[in-house]
Amino acid sequence: MEFLRPADWQEALAAKAEHPAAVPIAGGTDVMVELNFDHRRPGHLLDLNRVAELHEWEVGEEYVRLGASVPYARIIERLRAELPGLALAAHTVGSPQIRNRGSVGGNLGAASPAGDSHPPLLAAGAEVEAESVRGTRRIPVEDFYTGVKRNALADDELIKWVHVRKATGPQQFAKIGTRNAMVIALCGFAVALHPEDRTVQAAVGSAAPTPFRAYAAEEFVTAALADAGLWDSGAPLPESLLRRFGELCSGACNPIDDVRGSARYRRHAVGVMARRTLGWVWDAHRGAHSDDEGGAQCA
Amino acid sequence: MRVTFTVNGRRHEADDVWEGESLLYVLRERMGLPGSKNACEQGECGSCTVRLDGLPVCACLVAAGQVEGRDVVTVEGLADYAARREERAGNAEFAGSNANDPASGAGSGASAADEQRWTPKGAGPGSGTRLAPVQQAFIDAGAVQCGFCTPGLLVAADELIERNARPSDADIREALSGNLCRCTGYEKILDAVRLAAARADSGPAGSAEPEEAR
Amino acid sequence: MADVTRTPTDLTQASATRGGIGESTLRPDGTLKVTGEFAYSSDLWHEDMLWGCTLRSPHAHAEIRSVDVSEALKTPGVHAVLTHDDLPAETHFGLEIRDQPVLAKDRVRYHGEAVAIVAADHPETARRAAAKIRVDYAELPPVHDEESALGDGATLLHPGRADHHAGHVPHPNIVHRQPVRRGDVAAAKARADVVVAGDYEVGMQDQAFLGPESGLAVPAEDGGMDLYIATQWLHVDRDQLAPVLGLPPEKVRLTLSGVGGAFGAREDLSMQAHACLLAQVTDRPVKIVYNRYESFFGHVHRHPAKLHYEHGATRDGQLLYMTCRIVLDGGAYASSSPAVVGNAASLSAGPYAVDNVDIEALALYTNNPPCGAMRGFGAVQACFAYEAQMDKLAAALEMDPVELRQRNAMTQGTLLPTGQRVDSPAPVAEILRRVKSRPLPPEKQWETSAPDPSAPDRSTGGARGVDVRALPGGLSNTTHGEGVVRGVGYAVGIKNVGFSEGFDDYSTARVRLEVVGGEPVAMVHTAMAEVGQGGVTVHAQIARTELGVSGVTIHPADTQVGSAGSTSASRQTYMTGGAIKAACEAVREKVLERGRAEFGSYHPAWAHAELLLEGGKVVTDGGEVVADLAEVLGSSAIEEEVEFRHRPTEAFDLTTGQGFGHVQYSFAAHRAVVEVDTELGLVKVVELACAQDVGKALNPLSAVGQIQGGTTQGLGLAVMEEILVDPAAKVRNPSFTDYLIPTILDTPTIPVDVLELADEHAPYGLRGIGEAPTLSSTPAVVAAVRNATGLDLNRVPVRPEHLTGT
Repeated sequence: MEFLRPADWQEALAAKAEHPAAVPIAGGTDVMVELNFDHRRPGHLLDLNRVAELHEWEVGEEYVRLGASVPYARIIERLRAELPGLALAAHTVGSPQIRNRGSVGGNLGAASPAGDSHPPLLAAGAEVEAESVRGTRRIPVEDFYTGVKRNALADDELIKWVHVRKATGPQQFAKIGTRNAMVIALCGFAVALHPEDRTVQAAVGSAAPTPFRAYAAEEFVTAALADAGLWDSGAPLPESLLRRFGELCSGACNPIDDVRGSARYRRHAVGVMARRTLGWVWDAHRGAHSDDEGGAQCA
Repeated sequence: MRVTFTVNGRRHEADDVWEGESLLYVLRERMGLPGSKNACEQGECGSCTVRLDGLPVCACLVAAGQVEGRDVVTVEGLADYAARREERAGNAEFAGSNANDPASGAGSGASAADEQRWTPKGAGPGSGTRLAPVQQAFIDAGAVQCGFCTPGLLVAADELIERNARPSDADIREALSGNLCRCTGYEKILDAVRLAAARADSGPAGSAEPEEAR
Repeated sequence: MADVTRTPTDLTQASATRGGIGESTLRPDGTLKVTGEFAYSSDLWHEDMLWGCTLRSPHAHAEIRSVDVSEALKTPGVHAVLTHDDLPAETHFGLEIRDQPVLAKDRVRYHGEAVAIVAADHPETARRAAAKIRVDYAELPPVHDEESALGDGATLLHPGRADHHAGHVPHPNIVHRQPVRRGDVAAAKARADVVVAGDYEVGMQDQAFLGPESGLAVPAEDGGMDLYIATQWLHVDRDQLAPVLGLPPEKVRLTLSGVGGAFGAREDLSMQAHACLLAQVTDRPVKIVYNRYESFFGHVHRHPAKLHYEHGATRDGQLLYMTCRIVLDGGAYASSSPAVVGNAASLSAGPYAVDNVDIEALALYTNNPPCGAMRGFGAVQACFAYEAQMDKLAAALEMDPVELRQRNAMTQGTLLPTGQRVDSPAPVAEILRRVKSRPLPPEKQWETSAPDPSAPDRSTGGARGVDVRALPGGLSNTTHGEGVVRGVGYAVGIKNVGFSEGFDDYSTARVRLEVVGGEPVAMVHTAMAEVGQGGVTVHAQIARTELGVSGVTIHPADTQVGSAGSTSASRQTYMTGGAIKAACEAVREKVLERGRAEFGSYHPAWAHAELLLEGGKVVTDGGEVVADLAEVLGSSAIEEEVEFRHRPTEAFDLTTGQGFGHVQYSFAAHRAVVEVDTELGLVKVVELACAQDVGKALNPLSAVGQIQGGTTQGLGLAVMEEILVDPAAKVRNPSFTDYLIPTILDTPTIPVDVLELADEHAPYGLRGIGEAPTLSSTPAVVAAVRNATGLDLNRVPVRPEHLTGT
C-alpha cells in the first residue's frame, strides 16, 4: 500500500488521475474503519489533509461554498445561521471526536444512504463540485447518489466544494436512532421552506437505496399552501395538510428490514417526522414573520 | 514509511510504518505509549481519544501518514500539558514568548524551546507523580473502576474544561458522548468533571482538598 | 524499547489517611490508571514476541472435511500454524463440562468457533496467513430453537455426552434441568381469586467489556509456561490449560495483568490455550489480542430466555402460588449453563413469600452462540418475568404495584421455594419504600422559560423554550414535546451471592507483616482477579483495620498463592475479603504470641486476653499502649496463609429442587422515570433510582459505583442491547456500531440509597453487591414504559417497533 500526501489541490488531482483506484482519505472516519477491519486494502491511500482549500468555506450571496473537508464541528459552530438544516444534521453525527474530523465531502464520497448530511443538502438545494485533471463540473445533489454506497463521481474525480444554498427560510432535520449518540440513522428527514419562491423541499435518508427528495410530498404541500393562501394569511397548517404530507413522504420510501430496524417502522417514523418538522418550520416562519410585523411571538 | 510528529511535546520519528496503520497503532506499538486504548477501532468507543493539534479525535481513525508534522497529546502527556497550560495562563512573560512562536499553531503545539522545558514522567505511584486536575478529580470522585475508558475520557474532559470553565451537566454529557464506559454508569464521571471544573474555578491545580465521599 | 514484560507493579498505598474498612479509601491503582501507565493485558509487550491470531468458522454448524494450512505456513514471517491435529494432549476444556474443543476437530458448532491458530512476526502477517488457510466445510442445518433442539429427529449437539447431567435430563440437547416443587399448586389455584399468566422473552445481552480479550504467553526455561492474562479466575484457567499443554499444574504459572472489565465474559477460556500452545510450539512469547469483532465471537453471552409464568392470588393481594417454565438457550457448549439453570430455578419466584410453586428451568444445547456467565446469571431473566407478572397482578387486583409487592415481600425467616429459610435481614419492603418515597423529578424538563443566550441555539429552527437535550431523541431532534408521555415503574429483585449448590467455594489469602524502613507494613497476596470492582482497595482497607498498619502493599495476583475463586457471583469481598481477614487474624495471633514470649515479663498487659493492633502499636482494649508493633516484629516477618470457606451449601434435589442451595442473598429495588415519545417509540430514562442492602459498606464510594454501573447495564438490556442471531444461527451485529451500549447521553441520574443490615454469617456482616442492581433495573424501566404507553411489552430489549405497532 502506498500513502500519497499531495501538498495541494493540483497534486491531488494528478495523483487521482494516475491512480484512479486510490482511496481518498480526509477525516478518515469511514475509510479507517474499513482498513482497521480488513474490509479494504487499496493499493493507494490519497491523503487530502494537506490541501488547504478543502478546509475553507466562503459565504456568498446565495450559496455557501463549503470545502469538502470542513469538519462537522466547524459547520455547527460557524454556519448555523446560513445552513441551519445542515448544522442540525452535523450535530447528530457520531460524537465530538467524529465531528472534529468527519465532513460533508466524506459523507458524499461514501454515499451511504444513512449519511446524515444528505437529507439537508437535498432539502436546501446543493451542487457538488467535482474536479479532475480533465476539468470541473457541478453535479446537482439529486443526481449525485446513484445506488447504495455509489455516487456519480468518475474514477479520477475528487470533490472540491459543495455549494449549498443559503437558507432563506426555516429548515429542520430529525434523525431516528435507538441511542442518543454514535448511532447510524434508522431514518432521517430534512425539510426546508423556501419563502422566496413559496416552495417546500423535503428529503429522506436511510429509507431507500439512496437518499431522496420526496417530490410528490413537496408538490402537494407547495400547492396546498398556495391554494389555502397560507403564505399570505400566516395561519397555522391544518392537521389534514400535515397528515397528508406525512403520508406522501412515508409512501415515497422504499426501506428494508435490517439489524437496525424494520421497513414498516422506517415508513412510520418518516411519516411522523415529516409531519412534525413541517409544523416546526412553518411555525418558525410564522413566528419570524409576525415578529417582523411586531406581532405576538409564537411558541 | 517514516512518520515524524510531535507527541506530548517531544518530536518523534517512527520508521517502517505500514501505510495502513492508524495513529493509535503507531502510538501503542511503535512509540511505547500504550495509554491510549483500543476497545473498538471504529470510532465507536472513544477509548483512543487523543488531541490532534488541540482537537479531541479518535486516534484509530487517523491514518499514520496524516500525522506527519502535527502535534499529538495523549493521556501520558496530559499532566505536563495541563501544567504548561497553567503556566501560560499565569505567566504573562512566558505566554508572550510563546505567542510569537510560529509553531504554536492553535495554541497547543510546542516549540523547540518549549520542548526543553518538558519534564519526564514520574517514576510511579506514590513517587510524587504530578497529575492534571482532571486526573486527580477522577481518582477522588471514584470515577475509575476498570479504568479502560479513563484515558480517553480524561483527554475529552480536559479539553471540555479548557474550552468551557463552567460546563453544565448537559454540556458535560455532550462533550463526553463519544466515550463509552461499561463499569460506572457515568455518574461518578460526571462528579469528577464537575469537581475538576470547580477546582479550576477556585484556584491553582491541586490546591483543593480531596472531597469527602458522599 | 524496554525488553521487560510490563506487568502490574506492586500497588502501594502510601496514604496518610486511616484508610480502614467503612471509609471511601481511594483506589491504589488509580494513579496508574489515570496516567495511562496501568498495564492491561492488551498493553503487554515482550522482546521477541510473536503475534497470534485465530481462524474462526463462518458457519454455525458444519462438518470440517479438510483443513489445508500449507499456504499459510509458507508465508514469510509465519512461525506456526496449528489445528486440532497438532494438539499435544488434552483437546477439550470447559468450566463445568469439558465439552468444548480447543480447536474444532471435525465439526464446528457455532458461528465463530475457533478452527486454527497462527503465530507470526506482525499481527497483519498473522491475519494474512490465517486468511490463506483453506477449510473445506460441509454446512449442516443448525439447531436454533426449542423445536429444532427437542423435536423428533433433532440433531444432537453432543451425542456421546457422559457428563454428570446426562443421566437425568429428558433429552440429550438439554444441558441441565432443575425443577422446584413445593406445596400444592392445584389446591392453591382452586382458592385463587385472580390468576395472571404471561409469556416473556429476554434477548441475548453481551457483557461488552471495553478491554479486549488478550494475554501474553511466555515459555519458561523449566519447560513450563508463564501466562500474563486478563481473566476472572486464575486457578481455573490454569487447571484447564495444564492438561491441554501436557504440563503439570505447577509448571503453568499465571499472573493477572490489568483487566478492562469482565462481567462474566472472562470466566471461560478465550485465547489462553491458543497463546500458550503457540508459545509452546515456537518457543517464543506469543501475544494474542482480539479486536472488537472477534471479541463478540470470543466469549459467551447472557442466555436468551423464554419464560412462561403464572401467578394466583387472593382478592386482597396475597400470593397463593406461582408456576413457571424457563427455557434458556445455552448455545453450542455448556460453559456455566448448569449453574445458570440452578440460579434461575431457585430464584424464579422472586423476593416474595409463596408457599406453593411448580417451577422448571432448563438450558438447551443449540448451534446458537454459546452462553454462560453474565452479571446476574439467570436471575436477571427471571426477574424481568416475575416483576412483569407482579404488575399484571396489581392491575388485575386494582392494587398499587408497590403495595402488592410489599404485601408479599420476603423478610428474614421467609421460606424460599427451595425450602431454605432466609436467615439474615431481607429488607424487600423497605427498599421499595425508599425508592417510592423519593420525590419525582420535575416534569417537562425540556421546557425552558427563555432560550439561554450563552448557549448555541439548542432549540433548533426557531422553536423557542425547548431544550431538546432533555427529550427522547435528544439532539437528534425528533420531538419538541409532541407525543411525549411520562411513565413511572418499580421493580425489586433477589440475587444469590457466592457459588452454590454444594460447590466447594473458598478463597485463599497470604498476609505478611514485617518492618520496612522502621515502619510495620503489611503485604497482601491473593489470586483475586481485580476486574475494576475495587477489590484491591478493600483488601488494603481490611489489612489496615485488622493489623493497625497504614502501609499496605497488594502483591500482583498470580497462581503462586492458593485460589481465590472467581471474581463473579458478587462473592469476592465476602470470600477473599474474608480470607484476608482470617489471615490477618492469624498474623495478629502470632504477633501477640511473639510479644508475650519476648516482652511478657516487662508488662502485665501481655497477659490480657484482649490485645489489639492499632495505629502501629499493640494496645489493650482500654487503649493503653503496650508496645510498638515494629518492636515486636523486630527483623523477622510473620506470614500466614489461610483458606476461607463460607457455610456449606447443598445441591438442589433433582426432583423437588429442595436444598440449602445458596449461602447469601442480596436485594435491590429500582424506580424508573421515563419519558416516551409514543409516536416514534423512543424512550428517555430520566431517573433510575436504586435502594440496595449491602450489609456493610466496606467502601461506600466503590459500593455506589458498582450499583450505578450494574443499574446502567440493566438499562441497556431494557432498551437497546441485543445480540441478534438469525435463523441460520449467525450473529448479525458483532460490532459497537450495532450492538449499542448506553452512552452518557442515554443514562439518567442514578441516585442510590445504601442500606446496611448486617448478615451475621458474613465477614463484617457484608453482603455481595455487584449483581443485584442488574436485576431490578431492567423491569423497572420496562414497567415505566408500560405505564407511559399502556402496552403489554413482554420482551426486552424494548424496541421502537414494539411501541409503535410496527
